[in-house]
Amino acid sequence: MNWKLFAVFVATLGVFPLLWSDPYVLSVMGSAGIMIIAAISLNLLLGYTGQLSLGHAAFFGIGAYTSALMSLGFDVDLGFGMTWQVDAKPVWMAFVTAILVTAFFGWLVGKLAFKVRGAYFVVITISFAQVMRMISLNWTDLTEGPMGMISIPPLTLWLPGEGVVNLTSKAAIYWLVLVVGVLAYLLVAMLVNSRQGRAMIALRENETLATSVGIPVTYFLSMAAIISAAIAGAAGGLYAHTVRIIDPDVFLFIYTVTMVIMVVAGGKGTLGGPVIGGLIFGLMPELLRGVVEPEVQWVIYGITMIIILLFLPRGLVPAMYDFIAWLRTPFAIPQRKTGHSLAKEAN
Amino acid sequence: MDQIFQHVINAMVLGSTYALLGIGLTIIFGIMRVVNFAHGELYTLGAYTAYGMVAILNLDFFSSILVAALFGMLIGSLIEYVFLRRKDLKNIDEVMLIMIGIMIIMQNLELMIWGGVAKIIPTPFSQDPISLGAISISPTRVFVFCIAVVLLAIFYLGIERTRFGLAIRATFQDQDAARIVGVNVKRIYTVTFALGSAMAAVAGALLAPMFVATPLMGDLASLKAFAIVILGGLGSLGGAALGGFLLAFIEEFGASYLSSAYRDAFGFLVIIIVMLFRPQGLFAAKERVG
Repeated sequence: MNWKLFAVFVATLGVFPLLWSDPYVLSVMGSAGIMIIAAISLNLLLGYTGQLSLGHAAFFGIGAYTSALMSLGFDVDLGFGMTWQVDAKPVWMAFVTAILVTAFFGWLVGKLAFKVRGAYFVVITISFAQVMRMISLNWTDLTEGPMGMISIPPLTLWLPGEGVVNLTSKAAIYWLVLVVGVLAYLLVAMLVNSRQGRAMIALRENETLATSVGIPVTYFLSMAAIISAAIAGAAGGLYAHTVRIIDPDVFLFIYTVTMVIMVVAGGKGTLGGPVIGGLIFGLMPELLRGVVEPEVQWVIYGITMIIILLFLPRGLVPAMYDFIAWLRTPFAIPQRKTGHSLAKEAN
Repeated sequence: MDQIFQHVINAMVLGSTYALLGIGLTIIFGIMRVVNFAHGELYTLGAYTAYGMVAILNLDFFSSILVAALFGMLIGSLIEYVFLRRKDLKNIDEVMLIMIGIMIIMQNLELMIWGGVAKIIPTPFSQDPISLGAISISPTRVFVFCIAVVLLAIFYLGIERTRFGLAIRATFQDQDAARIVGVNVKRIYTVTFALGSAMAAVAGALLAPMFVATPLMGDLASLKAFAIVILGGLGSLGGAALGGFLLAFIEEFGASYLSSAYRDAFGFLVIIIVMLFRPQGLFAAKERVG
């Protein structure tokens, strides 16, 4: 990882609200940021372990609902005259609970779904998201159903001199999302550069071979699923406390698709991929809004997606690296191919 | 008791169209191994084509189904020719994402053309249900059931018993071997995709008069088609047909006796359960899936 580039990038994003404090722009950047966090979490699973989860919106939604429910308090009729009542908890505690609950669901889905691979895995994850969406639609006691949940409290921060402030201004939300995003990025970066991360990559490259050298498959896949779900849950929690209204649409397939395309367009299995892809696909709808009708906007979205897949299937970030490498190549004096250079090309 | 019979009849009718939907996806997903998320959109396309033919061009209902099938076939072969021909189909993820892109494009084009309001497709059959004792069934449903069963039979025999069907099966078992014995592999790919798409379009044209046509109907249809194929076992035509009926029965009885709100959730729960205990599908021979 290029630390200098990373620091410059984060610093630029950090001072952005000071330079351009238009609330609309900041709110757009904030929502794009939340999707980027979700994409970062998906990248761990899709990019580094090679498992395409098409139910990732479920983790996002579970995070959002758990955080909202914990911060508002709820009571559920369990039947047999029993009720389970939970009083409203402090917002940060709700947020942390949401992360833990989604991590648990990540473990559960991993436990169920990692028995199979490829298309089967995809179908299980989709089914999981659909079931979650139907529960959120129909368990009205708990989730208010299609009406959604409203007046979700915002996250708070203690500032010296000002006491506890609500993070409701667009700039505050922007910085909040940025901080969580940077943490998520660093967590994934540390993980994939560690021994555990290398084991995951080994599984992606060749599962049979990895198993044969003693890498416990299920252990590492579950670990990736748990961490990935937890980060997605954090993104969902952020969504709940910044938008402050949620409804069952957070489970929609199209959100998963958005996350997947952010990862794939940017370059799966690269740390910068979800960020670059997320900036493009997170900001594109906003740039097109008002220029064309929403349907046309989605059609453009679909076409962009297909074009990237057809012509840059590895994503923008690897393509960019290739381009830089190509620029740096001195005007080629045809070299005699040695064993060493052939091996390099083969990579 | 009568109530149970009524549910059985309803499930049989629904199941016949599910079977069509499933069998179309079986040859695309089960045999060709393209995770086709656009399947539901071809189903929607079929429904709207039937609507356009009957309500706008005043064509009769029967020809409109035929037109829907042909149109589905045309669009299906176009998709294969333009987007999939250059792609290595072994690269499941990429192909799947391309199909999702096509799904988004088709769905929003449908929304643009037809608007968000549901359309009712008129049929030439009378609205009065046929009554057999306490059981009643609308003539439209009888017709839908008969057509679906005939189509299923034709399709099954076509794939399992004809030389052409043999060529299809051979191609997806071993492309190189099929090419050596003189199968035009590229053409088989296009034709297979077109046939599967045509089945989806017919299912849409048949099912829409029983319900209504909406631009978003394809979403659930795609997912249900996957459920059916997986229930039946990948690549098994008979399994997909049975899977269609099974899903219809689960939904119908689950909705009436457990909870109607969770009607669509039952199918997905069943998929998760089947995947856990019998991932190769209920009706397929054992196969390695992990």
